[in-house]
Amino acid sequence: MKHTYTSAIQFNNICFEIDRVPILNNISGSFYEEQITTLVGPSGAGKTTLLKMCNGLISPTSGEVFIESISIDSIAPTTLRKNIGIVLQNAPIIHGTVFENIALPFSLQEKKLTEKEAILFLEAVGLDHTFLYRRASDLSGGQKQKISIARSLVNKPKVLLLDEITSALDPASVSEIEQLILKINQEFQVTIVWITHNIEQAKRIGDFTWILMEGRLLESGESSILSTSTNEQIQLFAKGVHSK
Amino acid sequence: MTYTSLSLTLIFVLIPIILSRTLKLGLEKDTTIATIRSIIQLLAVGYVLKFVFDAHSFIYMIVMILLMILTATLNARKKGKAIKGITWKIATTLIIIEVVTQGILLGFKIVPATAQYIIPISGMLIGNSMVLSILFLNRFTAEIESGRDQIELILSLGGTPKQAVHHQLKTAIRASMIPTIESQKTIGLVQLPGMMSGQIIGGADPVQAVQFQLLIIFALLTTAALSSVFIGFLSYPTLFNERMQLIEISKT
Repeated sequence: MKHTYTSAIQFNNICFEIDRVPILNNISGSFYEEQITTLVGPSGAGKTTLLKMCNGLISPTSGEVFIESISIDSIAPTTLRKNIGIVLQNAPIIHGTVFENIALPFSLQEKKLTEKEAILFLEAVGLDHTFLYRRASDLSGGQKQKISIARSLVNKPKVLLLDEITSALDPASVSEIEQLILKINQEFQVTIVWITHNIEQAKRIGDFTWILMEGRLLESGESSILSTSTNEQIQLFAKGVHSK
Repeated sequence: MTYTSLSLTLIFVLIPIILSRTLKLGLEKDTTIATIRSIIQLLAVGYVLKFVFDAHSFIYMIVMILLMILTATLNARKKGKAIKGITWKIATTLIIIEVVTQGILLGFKIVPATAQYIIPISGMLIGNSMVLSILFLNRFTAEIESGRDQIELILSLGGTPKQAVHHQLKTAIRASMIPTIESQKTIGLVQLPGMMSGQIIGGADPVQAVQFQLLIIFALLTTAALSSVFIGFLSYPTLFNERMQLIEISKT
């Protein structure tokens, strides 16, 4: 029996250009609720641009984005961004302690996050209470990325956007972060959209995948297409031949 | 000072020109232009001031101050071209500074309400504000460019544009104010300020010269604070669009 999926984020003929240079070209499709969708493709394919469009950091030049069938333009930017969290590649950390970093989404809304709540978020990403008052800048890359994920969970987002969050990490940390994201997806029913350069990672964790090249959506579907696609460009990319 | 004595001071211009030529520094042309400009500009200002002082006209005084504001605005805006509407933002800031400082000085009768006091004091304060504005705009645009990730992080977590640039705004305001504060710490110990030296050379009582200099340095603190704070708070909203997206700074 075939599953039916509900669209969490839908793109209708999205185009985006900077100084008349096309970055995204006529993208249409949906990221499904509670599923993990990976975005793969070489550098410059437009993956990050597409991701930033989901939480309104960028608007398309033409076309429309819908969040749960509501036009993104009719949702207040602050509300939209609280519901759609993003974790960036280099895990930007603010000066101060781990607690200050985790409490940041609340302090921006002039609300207070208690120590107890902060510890729960830390534990959710596999860190214990001893980290709470450590200086965030002293942590390892993997730990910073976990803090970054914990911080993005504070707003209790329905969708979590991940921009190459494991690209700078060692294999052990990559595996830990993958398990963590799977846990967040399954336990909290958070929709995940994950940009990755790593085809094996996309096959391992993605329910669905979108393959982008030079601003075009080459193919999308279940992650198995990464192995079964007959598209020559995708086959070359999957073998790591695409050098751009 | 006689015109012969004044002509002899050109020796101080010849020394750097000779050094530049000998050491091939290539600064002869710039030094010559700077000298000619300073002679023409100062002589012109001297005659204009004499005319304004003699005329005892409030209108002439206002026109002179507006010209100072216009020149300072046109000079400072070069550093903030990336910020939309920077010209009127700088002009507004300078007008506010002039109104506030002169309002206090004249309102409390700290100085007499005559052109001899108002114009030179306005010149010093507007000039300092111009330098402060340039320092602020330089630092602010650099901070925005280098702090893009941090700004987008705050926006992504549901923050407002004001919250997103808070750190960059604070850093630029502090950086532009520090030279004014630091220079005041050593004032009188390392160098005697220009206005005070001028008054003393001109035969004024040194204690009275110090009193006026204190007036100026205290007023400079206000102009330093107001310049960067006003330009900062007028500028940051133009870095974002109505969807609270950070605009590429070169495209604003």
